[in-house]
This record gives sequence, C-alpha cells and structure tokens, in this order.
Amino acid sequence: MHKEADIRLPLILGDKTYKDITDDVIRPIESKAPKTWYLLLMISVVISLWGIGCIVYLLGTGVGTWGLNKTVGWAWDITNFVWWVGIGHAGTLISAVLLLFRQKWRFAINRAAEAMTIFAVMMAGLFPLIHMGRLWLGYWVFPLPNQFGSLWPNFNSPLLWDVFAISTYFSVSLVFWYIGLIPDFATIRDRVTKPIFKRVYRVLSFGWTGDAKAWNRFELVSLVLAGLATPLVFSVHSIVSFDFATSVIPGWHTTIFPPYFVSGAVFSGFAMVQTLMLILRKAYKLEAYLHVKHIEYMNIVIIVTGSIVGVAYITELFVSWYSGVEYESYAFLNRATGPYWWAYWSMMTCNVISPQLFWFKKLRTSLMFSFFMSIIINIGMWFERFVIIVTSLHRDYLPSSWTYFHPTWVDIGVYMGTIGIFFVLYLLFSRYFPVLPIAELKTILKSSGKNYKEGYGHGEGYWQKHTDH
Amino acid sequence: MSDKIIYAMYDDDDHLLNGAKDLVAKGVHVTDVYSPMPIHGIDPIIGVQPTRLGIAAFLYGITGTMLAALGIRFMMIVDWPMNIGGKPSFSLLENIPSFVPIFFEFTVLCAAHGMAITYLIRNKTLPGMPPRNPDPRTTDDKFVMEIRTSENSKFSDEELTKLVKNTAFIEIEEKQI
Repeated sequence: MHKEADIRLPLILGDKTYKDITDDVIRPIESKAPKTWYLLLMISVVISLWGIGCIVYLLGTGVGTWGLNKTVGWAWDITNFVWWVGIGHAGTLISAVLLLFRQKWRFAINRAAEAMTIFAVMMAGLFPLIHMGRLWLGYWVFPLPNQFGSLWPNFNSPLLWDVFAISTYFSVSLVFWYIGLIPDFATIRDRVTKPIFKRVYRVLSFGWTGDAKAWNRFELVSLVLAGLATPLVFSVHSIVSFDFATSVIPGWHTTIFPPYFVSGAVFSGFAMVQTLMLILRKAYKLEAYLHVKHIEYMNIVIIVTGSIVGVAYITELFVSWYSGVEYESYAFLNRATGPYWWAYWSMMTCNVISPQLFWFKKLRTSLMFSFFMSIIINIGMWFERFVIIVTSLHRDYLPSSWTYFHPTWVDIGVYMGTIGIFFVLYLLFSRYFPVLPIAELKTILKSSGKNYKEGYGHGEGYWQKHTDH
Repeated sequence: MSDKIIYAMYDDDDHLLNGAKDLVAKGVHVTDVYSPMPIHGIDPIIGVQPTRLGIAAFLYGITGTMLAALGIRFMMIVDWPMNIGGKPSFSLLENIPSFVPIFFEFTVLCAAHGMAITYLIRNKTLPGMPPRNPDPRTTDDKFVMEIRTSENSKFSDEELTKLVKNTAFIEIEEKQI
C-alpha cells in the first residue's frame, strides 16, 4: 500500500474513519439548511434577477445601452468574459494537472473547484452570446448547413477557435465532474431517507454498484480524462488570448499573451477557490479535510503564478520600448501614465506586489489573510483584463477620436447579475451535492489520515497488526 | 443448476484484501468485490483484467481529428474558399496552421465524450438504472466479497462457507438463486 513520509503533515486531521468521511460530507445534505444559507440565496437570487432584467433590457434595446463608443468597441463584456473564463480554469487544472502529478491534497478542493469551473464558464459564455445582440441566433457560430449559399464560419479566426475551445472545455469539464460525482451520488442514494431525495439521487447515481471492474474503469477514465483536460486547459486560455494577440492593436499584438493569460487564469482561479473554500469549510465544518496545509499549498501556487504574471507585465513594458515601435511604446506608456493610470496601478498592486507577501510563512498560513488576499487578487485580475482591453483601445491612431469609456448601469447590472447567478448555482451545489469527493477521500485516509499515520486508526495496536502482513 | 451466492462483508479494505488473497490461494474463485472506494491491488488477486477504455479513447480521439480535418477541408477549401487576410485557401496543407486549434479541440471533445459514454455503457450506469450493489452499506464504509458456488464446483457449499468464515469477515449472507 501507499506510504507517506512521517514528516509530511497528514491531509486528514482528527480521528476519522470511513464512516466519518461519509457522515461529514453528507451532513449538510441531510440536515436542514441554516438561516444564513437562505439569506445568502435570497441575496444572490435578487442580484441575479436584476442581472437577468438588465440582459432582457439589453436584448430588447440593443448593445447601445452599454457604454461603448466609436473608439472603445470592446469593454466590460469581454473583460467579464475573460475574467470568468480565467476563474473557470482552476477547477479542471486542480483535478487534471494535480491528478497527473499525484498531488493528493487536491481531494480537499477538487469537487468544489470543478463546480466553480462549470458555473464560471457558464457565466463567461453568456457575454459573447449577449454581445451578439440577437441571442436567439447564437447557434450561427457553429458550422451548420444554412440557407445563405452555405457560407461557413471562418475557421481561420480565433473567435471561432474560441467557440470550439470554450464549448469543448465546458462539456469536458462537466463530464469529468459528473463521472467523479456518480459514486458519491450512490453513497447519498444508499443513505438518505426522505423519499423524494431517495428518488432524485437514485436517478443521479445512474445505478452505480462500486464493483471491482467499475472502480478499475473509474480510475482509468479519471486518468485519461485528466490527460486530455490538461492540454485542454492550456489551450483554452491560449485561444482566449489569441482573440487579442492575433490582432494588430498595439498593446494586444504580443507573442507573450498565451503563457501570460494561462498563468493569469490559474492565478485568479486559485484565488476564487480560496474565497469559496474558506467559507465552505467553516460553514460545513470541514476543517479536518481542508486545513492550513491545503491553504498553504494553494498560496504557493498563487505566488508562483502571480510571479509569472508579474514577469509578463514587466516583459511587456520592456519589449514595447525595445521594439522601437512608437505606437507600441506609447500604448504602454499611456497605460501606466495616461487617463487610466488608476486601473493600471490597481492591477500592479493587486497582482504583482501583494501576492509577494505570501513569501512570509506566517502570512501564507493565515486563513484570514489568505481570504483577504483572494479577494484582492480577484479584483486585480478583473483590472488586468480591463487594462488590456480598454487602455489599448481608447486612444487609437487618430487623436480626434480619443475617448474615455464610462460604464452604464446596464454594464454594471449585467456584470453584477452574473456574480449573482454564479452564487445561486454555487449555493445550490453546496447544499445538494457532495462538496468533497467522498470516495476519493477514503482512498487517502489510511496513507494520510492523522490517526493512521500516528498508528492509532481503528484503536490501539491496529497499525502494528496490519504492517505484519 | 441451483446457484448460491455468498456475500461476505468486511469493515476494512485490508481485511477484505487479505481474505481474498487467502481464498484465492486455496483455489476459490472470487466473483466480485463491492466497495465504497477503489481498493488498490484487488484487481490482480480476483482476476479483473485491465480495462481497454484507454485504447477506446485513443480511437475516438483520432476519429475526432479525422472528422475535423475532413469537415474543415470541405467547408474552407472545397465548398466556399474564403480569402481572409491573404491566408492561403487553396489546399488544406497550406492553410493547416490556422486549423490546428480546432483539430485539437475536436480531438479532445471526441475522445473525452466517446470514452465517457463507453464507460457509462460498459459499467451499465445510465440515468434511471436501479442500484445493483448487494448491500446499501457498500457505498458507505463496508466491503463485500461475492462468491458463487457455481463457479467453485470443486468445493461443496459447506466447505466454501467454512473457508470464507476463516477470513476476518463481520457478516455473511447467503442467497439462493
């Protein structure tokens, strides 16, 4: 069996048994929801209804209700799109890349992070769709036979690559998530007593049996899906960056974009995981499964990706000067010192300077500080996309058309609305779905449970008895 | 022929693993094992063959690449060649660099979904299927071994039960079918 070095901190604290893992994860599903859950759900529903109202108004009136003008043709919508896609990168990254590297600490966060991914990608997909103005014609982006002389979408265009990348990413993440959920739904199915719950989880669990062959297939399918999802994660955000990088706009036309966007996505995704999981572990009393060590690992990922992002910002600045192209140099000078200096310096502070504080062990193992930082990073990464998009556009080649972008209430409403919808979905998930992977946690209990590592799992002397074999 | 199934329940995966090892060493054929999580190392003991789903995924993947290549070639080269930014549009090979992203995405799409659907069908896990585990506790913290008398004709029913009782079981259930 798998053995872990004694000096490694156990991943599961407390004196847990297999039954405890089931109980701890299913308790929120079986018990009545606390008042705060209803309160949060109410708030999220109200915000999402406001957002939906804004979208309906937008579709009825037109994209002119946004603050776009003749110079700034892309602003909050694409900023929000990239922001949400970025957040949606952590889930699959955690389950796929960390699975390939056999990082067992992922079990504390993978299920909830994948849910976050799926909901975030849903929110991301909304923005290009509503930007089309005619939502009901959204299916035109797919290469379907049509009556317009069979004119096909342009397969040379990064925007079409994006359609394929985002839809593939969404559906593959959904499949990956659901295949992991099936055994856990079976656990719930075999436990709950309420007839309605029994029936629903029976349908959701697809009749899972848990026989040896099924587990054999389960493990291989997880591995192969991880192998497929890993390059997929990298390709998706590379393609999102191509939306900008293949254009000829100074400030966008840079070859550094794919790696810079991918690490930025991981950076923001982990920050969002921190925000959500730090609340979830407290609310659902999952401190034994997700403790300081897990938070520290995530903070290390944040510091690495944050530093990559920082290097990318500085490289961009250097190359803009070194290229000798005056338009390119001006684009970056204007970012830092032009009318949008406040956005640029917020981005720099939030994304480059503040994550460096995690070099201090005291700070990266502090839960309060981690939570605070995760919010800062979420804000910083929104500013990053805003800076890239709006400051590159607002001063074009003709000074008479230089403008300043002001968001309208519709811009703000749609963005707030997606946050509302995201939290509605996430709150429902956390109430009715197992937030930790029950089956997978059980596989690490004996190798990384505190009680087993210290040799008193299942009572005194158990460990000696079993190492004799 | 009447068949009897013996279900032996264990409360620990190591007990089941050692039990299965002992039984198999004595020549008993263990039909199946039901557990709340994968038991590493059980497959070679009870003779579960490695799954071929990986090969299936590969085949689905190259099917996806082929379909993407054929489809894009038809749309962009044969049916309606478009001149976009002067990019070559006369043959697939000349235009291929800008098609690579969608080749890749479609390969992943087909491989992942093809494998997932095959996995669900092979496991007989589809929406609405009834649960088929022998005891509801096997998805919680109990481990069950299934032994059929028809597959162990060299032992009498009593001998088989006795052998199973030598392992560290907690419950035994016998079912006549």
